[in-house]
Amino acid sequence: MSTPKVPDTPLRLNAALQLLQLAGHALPDGLTAGSAPWLQAVIDGLCELSSRDALTGLANRRQFELTLAREIDRVARAGEPALVLMADVDHFKKVNDTYGHPAGDQVLKAVAQALLDCVRPMDTVARFGGEEFAIILPNCPAAFGQTVAERIRRKVEQRPVTVSHGVDVSVTISLGGAFAPQWVRSSAALWVERADRQLYLAKTTGRNRACLEQPAISQVSAEEKGMLFGTSQFQDLFE
Amino acid sequence: MTSADRKSDASVSGKRARITAVTSGKGGVGKTFVSANLAAALTLRGERVLVLDADLGLANLDVVLNLTPKITLHDVFTGKADLDDAVLAAPGGFSVVLAGSGMVEYSRLTPDVRNQLLATVESLAPRFDRILLDTGAGISDVVLFAVSLADEVLIVTTPEPTSLTDAYATIKVLASQQQRRNIRLVVNQVTRSGDGRVIRGQLQQVVDKFVSPHLIDPNTPLKLEFLGDVPSDPAVREAVLKRQLLLEVMPGTAAAIAIGVVADKLMN
Repeated sequence: MSTPKVPDTPLRLNAALQLLQLAGHALPDGLTAGSAPWLQAVIDGLCELSSRDALTGLANRRQFELTLAREIDRVARAGEPALVLMADVDHFKKVNDTYGHPAGDQVLKAVAQALLDCVRPMDTVARFGGEEFAIILPNCPAAFGQTVAERIRRKVEQRPVTVSHGVDVSVTISLGGAFAPQWVRSSAALWVERADRQLYLAKTTGRNRACLEQPAISQVSAEEKGMLFGTSQFQDLFE
Repeated sequence: MTSADRKSDASVSGKRARITAVTSGKGGVGKTFVSANLAAALTLRGERVLVLDADLGLANLDVVLNLTPKITLHDVFTGKADLDDAVLAAPGGFSVVLAGSGMVEYSRLTPDVRNQLLATVESLAPRFDRILLDTGAGISDVVLFAVSLADEVLIVTTPEPTSLTDAYATIKVLASQQQRRNIRLVVNQVTRSGDGRVIRGQLQQVVDKFVSPHLIDPNTPLKLEFLGDVPSDPAVREAVLKRQLLLEVMPGTAAAIAIGVVADKLMN
């Protein structure tokens, strides 16, 4: 076995070790500083750190996108139904303005925990940015989508957040969701955009609600039939 | 170019067949008749064509072509035969893979059916210029899956209101579920040539008002492309009853010529 090449300049790991310490990520005991297993533990710690959101401990945006790309592969291959939910805290600015930013942070942490409490271990809950969260639910049948989203919405609504001694803040979230098109390779951007569109719908129709993209509707309404057969030009064909 | 040249050409360049799904909202609109005769017309125009009977529940391509197959897709799916042995020569010079009886058990889309159908199409695609997928009618998940394998979709309808309504429902589902933005239309059994174009216009108007605005990207609306209409022709009935290809036995009839027009447009 060849000896690992010793770098000419010493590795500068202080910043990395500080970051890990700050995040409460302890390195395993019994490793010699500078040894290969020790370095691996540092790298693992940094990977973990770079995939988590610092405030809430949820998956961060980067990790979310990685998981979403994998899920798209799986859906295209297996045709399993998969749901993406986008959730946004309603009137979050008001919380910050009224109670201050530390209170806002408390709220985000509490919402994150509420989301985690509602999902299965296989699901991915991520902080998408600001007060927006995203959830990937693999193998989620279309019929359950609305139920899951509604359960999450209610959980947040029913759990006031204690932001300081004696001060409880009640917040609500709006949710938007879309299923991946089965058997067809979607793109991550398109999938999120569809869920976002539903989130926008939830926001504009009163907030504290969950809107899911309706599955392809095959029913033809009276209006559509009226237009299909209505004009005199077309009637000629049947006379 | 000889057919041998074309063949080696295709295998060297790694080309794969253009896959055209032939579907309809309602059954009994002449979908299989159109598939079979279109295959003959495309063959006449130099394409190597295979028709795959993807109507797993109620296959009847064998009836239209008057074939009594020994080996069918059913045998391939159950591992009793190789796919190669299920590729048969049809009258009209094209190839077919027939679904065969016993496929009723495949009328539900299980992961197995999905994988088998996918593998079948993937394995046939490099050997032909075009594969016509003769799907079942309606919008069951087997039909939708079969259509999802295709590069392009051709919907067959008649001018009858029920058939049109069902064609429209199929168009809606394909646009929203499969993000189809171009769907081709053949109107069968028209009384006058030109009726089909009017019907396409009518369908397009309803699509513009009720379907395109609700698509993920409303800026790329769904376009219905008129490929042609096939007139009601006593010759069609005669050929169907005799279980012969119209293009072979009565190539000069109005309906046969109309199918040729559809083939020309399809190749463009």
